[in-house]
Amino acid sequence: MTANLAAILYLIAGVCFIMALRGLSSPASARAGNIFGIVGMIIAIGTTLAQPGIEDYLWIVVGIVVGGLVGTVIALKIQMTAMPQLVAAFHSLVGLAAVLVAASALLAPDVFHIAIEGKIKVVSRIEMSIGMVIGAITFTGSIIAFAKLQELMTGAPLVFPGQRLFNLAVAIVIIALAAIFCIDQSPTVFWIMTALALLFGVLIIIPIGGADMPVVISMLNSYSGWAAAGIGFTLENTVLIIVGALVGSSGAILSYIMCKGMNRSFVSVILGGFGGADSMSVKSDKPHKAGSADDAAFILSNAGSVVIVPGYGLAVAQAQHAVQEMTEALAKQGVSVRYAIHPVAGRMPGHMNVLLAEASVPYDDVFELDEINSDFSSTDVAFVIGANDVVNPVAKTDPQSPIGGMPILDVENAKTVLFVKRSLSPGYAGIDNPVFYNSNTMMLFGDAKKMVEAIVKAL
Amino acid sequence: MEIVMDIHPLVIAVTVFVLAVFVGYYVVWSVTAALHTPLMSVTNAISSVIIVGALIAAAPMEGSVAKILGGVAVGLAAVNIFGGFTVTQRMLQMYKKKK
Repeated sequence: MTANLAAILYLIAGVCFIMALRGLSSPASARAGNIFGIVGMIIAIGTTLAQPGIEDYLWIVVGIVVGGLVGTVIALKIQMTAMPQLVAAFHSLVGLAAVLVAASALLAPDVFHIAIEGKIKVVSRIEMSIGMVIGAITFTGSIIAFAKLQELMTGAPLVFPGQRLFNLAVAIVIIALAAIFCIDQSPTVFWIMTALALLFGVLIIIPIGGADMPVVISMLNSYSGWAAAGIGFTLENTVLIIVGALVGSSGAILSYIMCKGMNRSFVSVILGGFGGADSMSVKSDKPHKAGSADDAAFILSNAGSVVIVPGYGLAVAQAQHAVQEMTEALAKQGVSVRYAIHPVAGRMPGHMNVLLAEASVPYDDVFELDEINSDFSSTDVAFVIGANDVVNPVAKTDPQSPIGGMPILDVENAKTVLFVKRSLSPGYAGIDNPVFYNSNTMMLFGDAKKMVEAIVKAL
Repeated sequence: MEIVMDIHPLVIAVTVFVLAVFVGYYVVWSVTAALHTPLMSVTNAISSVIIVGALIAAAPMEGSVAKILGGVAVGLAAVNIFGGFTVTQRMLQMYKKKK
C-alpha cells in the first residue's frame, strides 16, 4: 500500500467518525451513526495493518481478541446507572494507551520513523511530551473520578493547605522537564515527567466534589481527545489528529453545558472544594402538607396534564420502571404525562435520558428544561421524584446561595406539586427548599420506588 | 507527481487539526441533549483509534520493551473500542418513539 493510498483511507476513516457524531443529532439516525463509527475504526485498523512496518501479527491479534472480549463482556453487563463509572474507566484506558504509545515511541523511535540517526526530531519530542502528559493526567484523573463515582472513595472534596500552590508548582516542573527533554532527549527526564504527570492527574481531581462529577467526566473526555491528538501529531497520522480534535471539542462543549446547567464557572469547578456540606441536615419544623399514595393517586387521576421531574434519586431507588408503569396507568385514564429533564439531573450529561429510555419511556415524551419550563404554569400536577436542587427557587431569589443563578425547573408554577422524598432534608448543595412549604405542595414521604408502586396500585 | 512546495508536515498536521476542531464544534452542538451519554461513550470508542500507534509499536519482529508496551496498549485500546461501540449500541437501542 502506498503512503498516498493510506493517507486517503485514513481520511475516509476520519469522515466516518464525523458521521458517527453527526448521527447523534436525533435518536432516529443515531444507530446508523454508530455503524459509521465502527466502519471508520475497521478502515483505520486495516490500513495500519497493511503498512510495510507490520511484521509480527501475534501480539496484535492476542491484544485485540483479549481486549475485545473483555470490553464486550463489560459493555453487555454494565447497569445503566453505572454508565458514569464505565465512561470514566474507559477514559482512563485511552489515557494509559496514549502514555504507553508515547513511551514506546521514545524507546523505539525508528519504528515510528521519527528519528534521524537515533536522534528523535525536536518537533516529535514536543508532540510526544504533550501526548504523554495529557494521557497520564487523563489516566490517573479518570481513576480518581471512577473511584469517587463507584464510592470506593469519599465524594467529598479532598483539600489540604497550600493545595493550589502545590498543584501549580507540579505543573511548572512538568513544563520545565518537557523543555529539558526537548533539548537533550534524556529518557530519565521523560520518566520523571511521566511520574509527575500521573501524580498531577490525581491532584487535580481529588479536590472536586461529587456534585461536580458531570463536569469532571466531560472534562476528562476532552482530555482523552487532546491526548489522542498529541499522539496523532507524533505519528503524523491524520485520522488520529481528526479524532483527537473531534473528541477534544466534544468534551469541552459538554463541560460547558454542564457548567451552565449549574451556573458554575469552569474555573471554580476545577479549583474544587464545592459540595462538602452535603451531610448537613437542616431540621425543619415549618408547616408542610404530607400525603399518602392514595391522596397522590387521586390528585393524579383527576389531573389533565402531569409533568414528571426525575432526579438522580429516582435512579438510586431504581424507581424508573415503576414511574413508567404509573405513566402508562395515567395515560389510560386520559392524563397527558410528560417528563422534564434538568441538564444536571444525572451523574453525567444526558444520563437521565438513558435511564428513562431503559425504562421504555418514549423519547418524544421527554423534554429539556428550555423546551418545557414555560409550560409549568399551565400544568395541573408537577411530580418531582428524587430531585431537589434543580427545582429550588432559591437559585433565582438568592444569588449568594451555592446554587444561585442555576437554571431551575419552575415546578412551583404548577397547580399542584407532588414531591416524593425521604424527608425534608436538603439536597446535594445543602440548602432548604421553600417549595416544600408552599400551600399547593404535597410531600409524599418514603422510598421513591415503594411510593410510586403504591400509587400505581391505588390508580 | 512532483512536489512543488516544501511544506513542513507539521504545518499540514496543524491545518487538519484546526479544521477538525471547527468541524467537531459544530457537529457536537447539533447533538441532541437526550443523546449526550451515548455521545460520550461513542467518542470514547473512537478516541481509541489511538490503537493505530499501538499497532505500529507492537509490530516489529524482534522483542523489546517498546513492543511489550505496544502490545499492552493494543489490548487496552481494544477494550475501549469493543466496549465503547457495544455499550453505545445498547443504549441507542433503548431509545424508542411513542407507539
